Amino acid sequence: MKEETIINFTHHQAAHCENGVVSNLMKHNGFSVSEPMVFGIGSGLLFCYIPFLKVNHAPVFTYRAMPGLIFKKFAKRTGVKMKREKFSNPKDAKARLDENLKKNNPVGLQVGVYNLLYFPDEYRFHFNAHNMVVYGKQGDRYLISDPVMEEVTSLSDKELEKVRFAKGAFAPKGHMYYPVSFPEKLEFEKAIVKGIKDTCKTMLAPIPIVGVNGIHTTAGMIRKWPKKKDVKTANHYLGQVVRMQEEIGTGGGGFRYIYAAFLQESAKLLNNEKLNELSKEMTEIGDLWRDFAVEASRIYKNRSAKTDSYNKVADQLDYIADLEKVFFKKLKKAV
Amino acid sequence: MKKKEVPQDKSNLESANFRELCYAVDEDGKYTTANSSGWEPKTVALNNAIEEINERIEDAKNRVQKGETSPIEYCMELHKMDVGILASYVGLWQWRVKRHFKPAVFKKLNNKTLQKYADVFEISVDKLKKLE
Repeated sequence: MKEETIINFTHHQAAHCENGVVSNLMKHNGFSVSEPMVFGIGSGLLFCYIPFLKVNHAPVFTYRAMPGLIFKKFAKRTGVKMKREKFSNPKDAKARLDENLKKNNPVGLQVGVYNLLYFPDEYRFHFNAHNMVVYGKQGDRYLISDPVMEEVTSLSDKELEKVRFAKGAFAPKGHMYYPVSFPEKLEFEKAIVKGIKDTCKTMLAPIPIVGVNGIHTTAGMIRKWPKKKDVKTANHYLGQVVRMQEEIGTGGGGFRYIYAAFLQESAKLLNNEKLNELSKEMTEIGDLWRDFAVEASRIYKNRSAKTDSYNKVADQLDYIADLEKVFFKKLKKAV
Repeated sequence: MKKKEVPQDKSNLESANFRELCYAVDEDGKYTTANSSGWEPKTVALNNAIEEINERIEDAKNRVQKGETSPIEYCMELHKMDVGILASYVGLWQWRVKRHFKPAVFKKLNNKTLQKYADVFEISVDKLKKLE
């Protein structure tokens, strides 16, 4: 007989995987929480250059918080209790997953992208911070709601084990998470203020690789690449800056648009007109990030290593950093 | 970004038949979502990265034929890995993996170690050896 457990779970497509998983799990449990809300309360917005690490033989920059952190902060600030489990043994990981499905409990999983067969080949890199929801099992196939996909999909037993136990940086180790208890009413107001304060603090942190300072540092690195590296390497590095900015669904703004959407929604909830103004400003900053990506892509498309053009994109970044510095100072005062 | 500016360029997403979701503002300045089929600057960056990987694969292949490296390095490149990632998959120290790139060392590897590599690359030990 074919074993079958299907949980009545509604899939909503999201721009980014982790926000999407959290938002979908919350909606499943009867709380209407939008994706930008999760991103904002969980302080997802970031800029950070990660030293000493190379991915695809190029330096690493990130525009959002570490995998798992958004959910962790979101849960803490809204009073949702959640359970997180990691496993050393794939068998235990599978058993716990099956157990949860039997209990009618859809769970979030952190997975590696390289063996996700439903992704286009070109997107399959050794990147271990992807998130999805498993909401059922049909025979030996697990039913998957991957927030970046338009539709739900499925993976076989073996395939799922592979992505759950991918290796390399940020190895998921079968990481599984789900909410276990909820407050009677979600207190958004306080959570939003906390989320905003935290983001402002990180973006303005006096550390050279983080936030606004990190953007300046990156601009400085870009200026040096055409002098210190050969054309190909310099182009490859610059491409990586854009590729990291352009994870699926960021629309070119390196998550700035999602944050602007969060500010707009918060303006209404907190009855704070200032946040509406700031949302508009953040959208404009997002547009500048887009312009930066367009300009950078011109360089690596033409395979040029003119110091001038590298300086030009670096100038754009410095300008963005200056604007963001003013922006986050204002935002801090607005709440 | 305005909703009508959400890029609809050709991209590799097409092959998997999905479009990504983006946040953008509508005409009243309200945030909403729209699907995007792709964006050229991103596609170019991605294609360049793929091209770079293909060059690395080709280069490793040539060096295997010239007897300068072992098939392990070739397979590593083929699977878009670097030494760190491969080492964590086979459960060996990085310096040992690097040592196994030497054709002379590769020839003397025992079956157990070869099997570890073969499992990661999803081929048989025989095939791995034959790549030499």
